[in-house]
Amino acid sequence: MNDFLIYLLILSGSTYLIRVIPFVAVKESITNRYIKSFLYYIPYSVLVAMTIPSAIYATGNVISSVAGLIVGGIFAYRGKGLTVVAIISCVSAFLVECIMLLF
Amino acid sequence: MKQYLRGLRLGFPIGLGYLSVSFTFGIMAVSLGFSWYQAVLISMLTLTSAGQLAGIQVMVNPGQYIAMLISQLTINMRYSFMSVSLSQKVSPKFKGIKRWLLGFFITDEIFAVASQENDVEPKLFLGLSTAPWIGWTLGTLLGSLIGNILPEIVMCSLCIAIYGMFLAIVIPPAKKSKPILIVIAITAVLNCILYYVPYLRDIPSGISISICAITASLIGAFLFPIESEEIENE
Repeated sequence: MNDFLIYLLILSGSTYLIRVIPFVAVKESITNRYIKSFLYYIPYSVLVAMTIPSAIYATGNVISSVAGLIVGGIFAYRGKGLTVVAIISCVSAFLVECIMLLF
Repeated sequence: MKQYLRGLRLGFPIGLGYLSVSFTFGIMAVSLGFSWYQAVLISMLTLTSAGQLAGIQVMVNPGQYIAMLISQLTINMRYSFMSVSLSQKVSPKFKGIKRWLLGFFITDEIFAVASQENDVEPKLFLGLSTAPWIGWTLGTLLGSLIGNILPEIVMCSLCIAIYGMFLAIVIPPAKKSKPILIVIAITAVLNCILYYVPYLRDIPSGISISICAITASLIGAFLFPIESEEIENE
């Protein structure tokens, strides 16, 4: 238990500090065009790095995962909001899982 | 209050996604021998997916404090880039103690949604963080208590929620901006290489995400440096 608390402190403490220190330290707005551009691209590249390829294994089944992603992707392309796309992806994956159970 | 409520609404899908992801974390923690309150405590105080997953795997062995610290720093390094990026987007009101407190909530998804806003107000950010934090905590609690009751097929389908949300964030801007499209294409190719090629695939996912995102964004910054007005108009 003692061990758990020390581990918890390291785990949550290091995660907290790595988030907060840069956030508190950078007060001025960055003017360098290249750094600005880098920071502009970061959110998109982080999201894609988390999604591709691991999302195709998300449900534990490649077919239902890809189905969910394609249907969700189409709705996202048409400009639907985050919640709608998230729910539609789940429902599509779920339906494909159900269909696959039948066969 | 209006800002807080708007943030709350924006954060709802993240909370939904987190509920399903942390559900899985709860199940895994219990299966590794943690009690439900330990799992919940970890989630409440850490609020990260890859880091927690790696963390509980280290915690199973006694006394590996240095290994814990090193793995956490590498997996979570991406957050410091996000923090710097976010520091450029927050309103002048977002300073001092507010940064120390609210900085805790910078996760990939909260950051990505906050980045879509100009002049992020502290209240908006707090609202945005509320549902994800509750979802993350509640999901862990449910997963560790009743994880084995829910039908597998329902659980599996929920796991795609978070990725559906990512698509909704990434696709609309990529449709409008060719540089963004190219940057994310480079990211996808790089990450597939790191994911599938032997030896490279042994790199922990938290680190490979950082490598790919940083490399692709650097390439993007040099090939397509953006005018500052363009960024502000987004």
